[in-house]
Amino acid sequence: MIKVDTDSQNIAVISFEVTDKPMNVVNEHFLNEFSDAIKGAISNQNTSGVIITSNRPEFIAGADLELITKIKDAKECYALTDRFHKLFRKLETSGIPFVAAINGTALGGGYEVALACHYRVALQSSKTKIGLPEVTLGLLPGGGGTQRLSRMLGLQNSLPFLLQGKTLSPEKALKAGLVDDIAQTKEEMISKAKAWIIENPKPTQPWDDKKFRLPGGEVQSPKGYQVLPAATAMLTEKTFGNFPAAKLILRCLYEGLQVPFDLSLKVEARHFAKAVLSKESRLMIRSLFYSMNECNKGAARPDVKVSPIKKVGILGAGMMGAGIAYSSAKAGIEVILKDISQETAEKGKAYSASLLDKAIEKGRATLEDKEKHLSLITPTCDPAAVKDCDLVIEAVIEDRDIKAAVTKETEAVTSENSIFASNTSTLPITGLAKASARPQNFIGLHFFSPVDKMPLVEIIMGEQSSPEALAACIDYTRQIKKTPIVVNDGRGFYTSRCFTTYIIEGICALTEGVNPSLIEMAGKAAGMPVGPLSIADEVSIDLIYHILKQTAEDLGEDQVEPNTYKVATKFVTELKRLGRKNKQGFYDYPEDGPKHLSPILSKLFPVKEDQPSLEHLKRRFLTIQTLETARCLEEKILTHPRDADIGSILGWGFPPYTGGSLSYVEWRGPHNFRTDCNELEEKYGPRFKAPRNITSLDESFYDD
Amino acid sequence: MKKVCLFDAVRTPRAKGKKDGSLHSIRPIELTATVLKALQKRNELETKYIDDVVLGCVTQVSEQGGCIAKSAALYAGYDESVSGVTLNRFCGSGLEAINRAACNILSGYFDLMIAGGVESMSRVPMGSDGGAWMIDPDVASKTSFVPQGISADLIASLAKYSRIDLDKFALRSHCLAADAEEDGRFKDSIIPIHDENGELILEKDEMIRRETSLEKLGSLKPAFLEMGTKYGFDSVALQKYPSLERIDHLHHAGNSSAIVDGAAAVLMGSAEIGKKLNLKTRGYIKSMALTSTEPTIMLTGPAPASKMALEKAGLTIEDIDVIEINEAFASVVLRFIDEMGCDPQKVNPNGGAIAMGHPLGATGAMILGTCLDELERQKKKYGLVTLCIGGGMGIATIIERAE
Repeated sequence: MIKVDTDSQNIAVISFEVTDKPMNVVNEHFLNEFSDAIKGAISNQNTSGVIITSNRPEFIAGADLELITKIKDAKECYALTDRFHKLFRKLETSGIPFVAAINGTALGGGYEVALACHYRVALQSSKTKIGLPEVTLGLLPGGGGTQRLSRMLGLQNSLPFLLQGKTLSPEKALKAGLVDDIAQTKEEMISKAKAWIIENPKPTQPWDDKKFRLPGGEVQSPKGYQVLPAATAMLTEKTFGNFPAAKLILRCLYEGLQVPFDLSLKVEARHFAKAVLSKESRLMIRSLFYSMNECNKGAARPDVKVSPIKKVGILGAGMMGAGIAYSSAKAGIEVILKDISQETAEKGKAYSASLLDKAIEKGRATLEDKEKHLSLITPTCDPAAVKDCDLVIEAVIEDRDIKAAVTKETEAVTSENSIFASNTSTLPITGLAKASARPQNFIGLHFFSPVDKMPLVEIIMGEQSSPEALAACIDYTRQIKKTPIVVNDGRGFYTSRCFTTYIIEGICALTEGVNPSLIEMAGKAAGMPVGPLSIADEVSIDLIYHILKQTAEDLGEDQVEPNTYKVATKFVTELKRLGRKNKQGFYDYPEDGPKHLSPILSKLFPVKEDQPSLEHLKRRFLTIQTLETARCLEEKILTHPRDADIGSILGWGFPPYTGGSLSYVEWRGPHNFRTDCNELEEKYGPRFKAPRNITSLDESFYDD
Repeated sequence: MKKVCLFDAVRTPRAKGKKDGSLHSIRPIELTATVLKALQKRNELETKYIDDVVLGCVTQVSEQGGCIAKSAALYAGYDESVSGVTLNRFCGSGLEAINRAACNILSGYFDLMIAGGVESMSRVPMGSDGGAWMIDPDVASKTSFVPQGISADLIASLAKYSRIDLDKFALRSHCLAADAEEDGRFKDSIIPIHDENGELILEKDEMIRRETSLEKLGSLKPAFLEMGTKYGFDSVALQKYPSLERIDHLHHAGNSSAIVDGAAAVLMGSAEIGKKLNLKTRGYIKSMALTSTEPTIMLTGPAPASKMALEKAGLTIEDIDVIEINEAFASVVLRFIDEMGCDPQKVNPNGGAIAMGHPLGATGAMILGTCLDELERQKKKYGLVTLCIGGGMGIATIIERAE
């Protein structure tokens, strides 16, 4: 898996070519071979320099996560990082020039290999990503990355790459100093690497130079005193202390940059071990890496043959329809965008144009891309225009009669095999399918707004939806590079149903006299993107009102939380406070300043003397969402924990550090979670009663 | 119990603590030596009787490092038998020095002490000594560190003090200080600074603005807005005070203490040494207290510390005639008045640090001297001196004028 070729100038080219994995990743086997190759090159007295590159499209995609997930204690972790440190130190202190010829993506452990080299030349390609994204999985660079990158760029400049895991294209990496040079072709890359080797026969790393000073100023200097307090505060502002890895990275910098390099690696190793052994990294890796990959690969796809979606019809060119059109065309799929008037349909297409213009402005697309993209979208008002579409997605307003009408209208012109999908977010699919002559081809495809940014698609199986319909929708979702989860039919399906509990719980707390600022802070501090009252205003209070009203009508008044229903009714029918859309909801939206909680709240819901703690509210808000998720699993709305966790993180922003709304039980610990439920049930009623799959849960909803 | 007698208290004038301040060319050790020499001269003191020089100094690096108290004692020509110690209790350092010296005297093992403090903020900038609390990410995040200005704005936001409330208090500080200065009330305690050829450099506090007005103060931009909103500190504070939706940034250069250079020293000792050396006793230390409160809001220590000191002295706030609370920020004083329920007239009757400045390590000793001067002027009995301190600490000392 590692090839070594030596040329006439005695420059050894070490090329990675991992064959037992889909990509070059650093694992046990890799480490052994790489170590041998390095030793071989160094021990050969004739070696004038070494180029490290790859024979695959990527340089090295990162460390094999199995290497990390199997670690059981700090000792094991130290043993692993020690191997990296020894190997990298050997290489960089050998006195022989080492150059990384970064032919493709170099992430995490892969970029750490490049950092240990004396020089880095990257091959120009829009597909290549360079950086240290470990933090996004609750980890940190464990191969000296925190110490080398910060010594290369300085404390302040290294922060975005380490704390946010920002990755860059070769061009931007050059500008930021992550690589030293770029080349347009592979040949140029190798010749640049060789030229550098010849010019620099005896290089030392800057940090091995006795006169080394940290670029931008030392930790204990006015510059350090300026950067560090702000970096810590900004991290707290962003993470609310929920992501231990990010703080450990800051500690690596503060503590590591004050000691000699070899000792700094030990400092990093200590913090790395803590991150590796944290429940957050374990849960984040399981959900954000393994489960996400499974979803993206279509793990839920039935093994049936269906033809690929080449042409898609979209009914309704509003916000959702226009967004679906954009994402479909972006994937090269032909789109018929239909609305009742040609004008509205054109407007829907113009939405794509405006997104593309923005992308061009930011250098993320070319005029050519735009032309090609727009040429794929045909706006129309003719219902027959969708006749040869493989898939028709209905995105008209949430009205059963209108949806039934367009279903019939469409099926009258489309072929037997074409799939009809409804983008409803609330109406049960089985009910909508009653209007269909081909209910086996009728399915739910729930997109999230704004479609171009939101990565999730919730696929809803109606009672009669066929495996072929599901397979086609999973294929389509993958085609448009979104992540599918598959759920069964039911009120609110999965995501809307669980997400609504957060809003309801927030409003409910308000009616109890809990300080609204405290409610909002608790939501954010728990890790939700925004507070429950804020999000209520965003989705609009009338929507919540309609959902509650519909539920009350269909299932009976006792099936809705009465306090929230009362508030929503009052806000919509009496006060006409609908949320952001009419500039008044729980918040006021003044023209000349930022939004703020409306003073009307203190009149409607007097703040009681005795306030709950922030911790209590945080727990309350997360517990209610998790309980609803568990109920969905119990009711077979969900069939796999993977869909629950991915759906919650991607769909409504459930805090990733927990692993998702189902994994939260593990984050909290099943016993603690049950205790929370009991306490909350006693205080707030049966909506906090744990379902049987929680009361009987051993450790995990996952099998392994 | 032994009595701790206050024999004399002097200070330098306070000068703007920036490069264009009048004392920027004067080394901190010179400021310190000036007050030490003055005490010696005014009291015709044989310095060999001094047991120790205890000085507060917050930023103990570069020329304020290496125990400036001992170097200053030597530099001032004190007998080589006189020792020195420098301490740091942030903004309470000057008063801490007094209290430490008082305790030494109370123990009976020490007779004559000098306590005071120094800070040349123009030459050794605030914060240049770093510190784990502020710099170390693990410590800062565990303790929810925010800079003091954010804490001051947090206090104002929680108590709903308006910008006008704060500015009015700032204006009062300037007016009272200007009146007191014109009336010559500071004259006896200020030791003018001369150059080595005897030319006068500064003889009075240079930051007092008689001409300021609510309009002028109203035009000043909030000082901690950017720090709070752009660098995450508001969020850190709000995560600890979630009942507050947002922090209103109301403090600015005009209603916060001025950054200045200055030094102060107090001569104190037992009644016996006073008699022996024929020193005039001007007052006594009645009680003292030290406490600490929630560190993020940080500046709320004065009231609980004062209550403790009052209790120890067997007094109530009504018994106190003159209150000197350090005007670190206007909201600190307003909150103190609210919390203590004290007569605002008695508070800082000659203005405070908003007008005259707050040379961190020296202020506590300076305002103790100002308090004693005012008790003598009013011929009143009890004075309370208190300061808010980093980390949430509060310090208070009650003094009694000698009849």
